[in-house]
Amino acid sequence: MKVIMSGNEAIARGAYEGGARFASAYPGTPSTEILENMPQYGENIYSEWAPNEKVATEAAIGASIAGVRSLCAMKHVGMNVAADPIYTFAYTGVTGGFVMVVADDPGQHSSQNEQDNRNQAKGAKLLCLEPSDSQEALDFTKKAFALSEEMDMPVLMHVTTRICHSKCIVETGERTEAGVPDFEPKIKKYVTAPANAKVLRATLEERLAKAEEFACNSEFNRVEMHSTEIGVITCGVSYQYARETFGDDASYLKLGIVNPLPDKLIKDFCSKVDKVYIVEEMDPYLEEHVKSLGIECTGKDVIPKFDELNTDIVRKAFLGTEPETYKSDVQTVVRPPALCAGCPHRGLFYELAKKKNIMITGDIGCYTLGMAPPLGALHTCICMGASISQGHGASKALKDAGKDTKVVSVIGDSTFFHTGVNSLMDVVYNGGTNLSIILDNRITGMTGHQQNPGTGYTLMGNEAPEVDIPALCKAIGIKEENIITVNPNHLDEVKDALDKLLPKEEPCVLITRWPCVLKKFSPQDLDEFPTLHKTQCEIDQDKCKNCKMCVKTGCPALISTKDNVKIDRTSCNGCTVCKQVCPFDAIEEVTL
Amino acid sequence: MKEVKNILLVGVGGQGTILASKILTSGLMKAGYDVKMSEIHGMSQRGGSVSTQVRYGEKVYSPIVGKGSADVIVAFEEMEALRWLDHLKIGGTMVINDYRIQPVPVNLGMAEYPEGIIEHLKGICDVKAFKAAEIATELGNPKAMNIVLLGALVKSMDGLDDIDWDAEIEANVKPKFVELNKKAFHAGYSL
Repeated sequence: MKVIMSGNEAIARGAYEGGARFASAYPGTPSTEILENMPQYGENIYSEWAPNEKVATEAAIGASIAGVRSLCAMKHVGMNVAADPIYTFAYTGVTGGFVMVVADDPGQHSSQNEQDNRNQAKGAKLLCLEPSDSQEALDFTKKAFALSEEMDMPVLMHVTTRICHSKCIVETGERTEAGVPDFEPKIKKYVTAPANAKVLRATLEERLAKAEEFACNSEFNRVEMHSTEIGVITCGVSYQYARETFGDDASYLKLGIVNPLPDKLIKDFCSKVDKVYIVEEMDPYLEEHVKSLGIECTGKDVIPKFDELNTDIVRKAFLGTEPETYKSDVQTVVRPPALCAGCPHRGLFYELAKKKNIMITGDIGCYTLGMAPPLGALHTCICMGASISQGHGASKALKDAGKDTKVVSVIGDSTFFHTGVNSLMDVVYNGGTNLSIILDNRITGMTGHQQNPGTGYTLMGNEAPEVDIPALCKAIGIKEENIITVNPNHLDEVKDALDKLLPKEEPCVLITRWPCVLKKFSPQDLDEFPTLHKTQCEIDQDKCKNCKMCVKTGCPALISTKDNVKIDRTSCNGCTVCKQVCPFDAIEEVTL
Repeated sequence: MKEVKNILLVGVGGQGTILASKILTSGLMKAGYDVKMSEIHGMSQRGGSVSTQVRYGEKVYSPIVGKGSADVIVAFEEMEALRWLDHLKIGGTMVINDYRIQPVPVNLGMAEYPEGIIEHLKGICDVKAFKAAEIATELGNPKAMNIVLLGALVKSMDGLDDIDWDAEIEANVKPKFVELNKKAFHAGYSL
């Protein structure tokens, strides 16, 4: 059947058709929709959100060792978190076919870095596939499970934002059912004590050599011969840009297996063409390999080493031509993303921004936007879970140096469960004094609302126990009187809690508990937060002195011009933060 | 049709470009075209500039609409039309929703929203501008402005009239909004 599918939908479909029975992931753009699309195959595939990528990968590894075809998925930086298990799983190999989908984000549309995980595939010695569109995403995933079993290697499916989020027409197929063997311990294969691991390390080289031989003759790697004047070696979405740039004026070696690279095939292709061009996004991964074979080629000396590619860039780089365009001398204003109208993070950042002599360590989530004007109340962002540990290190270092700067760490609920909880143990265990603020908006927000261990529901829609954050903090060793939970839309509550906890020379936790305004509320939410979306705010223009205090909350529902400020009724969610900061009592809350 | 046609839908996160492009691509597929559609999710959705790119023809390679290649740009917000002007093909049409969303820097008085964008663009390229939000409000719901714009887009492209757009709306919209969206589509189409 022909349907339109994004790369992510196609990967989920490929897992279904390929006989997968287990899938786990931690959400992360651009990979999130892979697991979001899994529950529709729930009769055949059990799927779940894990607290982080390492856990997701280990769970999928467990399923594979148990003999079941399994998949895990993550964004590119998630592979750093999952590097520990996958580097060793490459040694042991698989029982049930295993696919790890890793989605890179060239151009950093929604990411803190732009790492090229083809390097990790090589480093971890994984069999790495890279599709160029949704059809290949489906076909490659489907075939990857059997291939993984045949080669006794975990497969890394390397994709990028434009593969994940581009929709193309795909032809779907039928599911291939794979049997599940009875469990049989294979201690020499799966217990990587040094004596066994040294043997496995040696056999891994044999498996890689076999995989390279396979790659030289495999349908995953495709040669398209046209004009032999130019030979283009490419992979992933870059193939599409190259194909559009050169058309039939070049021949192509389109690599669908990017580790191990097929030396014989590359040499053979290059011997048939006059010039070799390498078209690839991010690092000169293919280029360096081709050069190491003693083949002259042109690549990153003309193509950028970073950011996304597109046909315009490839065309300009190799052909020197640029399209004719309309131009205007009127400048546009940048439109940076902002915390939504009614976002429960606003009240916290508004109060934090007033504090002097503090360092605010941040984390990964919508609340990273607390850095932006007019709030400007977030000073660092490195990686998932880093806010609390960074804050610990900073506060120890500052104190040691005789400085009295107070350190506050800001982290979301899902990020706290991801890896923040370990950092909080560090603070308690080592007598840290940074104030940890957990922004519990009852969902994983930025990636588009995925359930997590604190929300009470699973990916497949079942009810689940909720992590009790205050009880967890207490169990780690935070004193009960140093744990405060507030409604962040009530500025006086936030202020009082900050005033009480900031001066303490002990580990403290402030929890702001209010749901994300975009969340589809659960019955429990409606019960706990009965005023949600029941009111809106309105400015009484007679009382308003146009002082712009409300605008300083940064709420996008406030439309400020020279003459006045108005509240956009289609945006306002009635959080009342603007009303609380108005010095002239000019903002009213109206019930809908 | 050998040549690939390019459509860009641009706007501000939350304006409903995705549903409009979903209906569009589904209709194009049923008409027998190869279609690719590309969109960006994630942090930029939180009130930032967003774009959805649709390409169709006999065979489409890249999912991205390049500079100077869009046959039609549908701007859901007027400054976004200006931002994407260099993507319009010479001779292409700019369909503009006469509607403003103030970005944060303007709200904070750090920048000024450029005045007279639509008139300015009319002096540069072929512009079709109208108040889609008002039309949708008259039909009963301002949120249907995305489908009003879709109707205007279909009218602006050659060769899309034979597709059963009503059926596509029925297939992609919740039942209680089908009639509203059909009216919105036809209102946009007949402009």
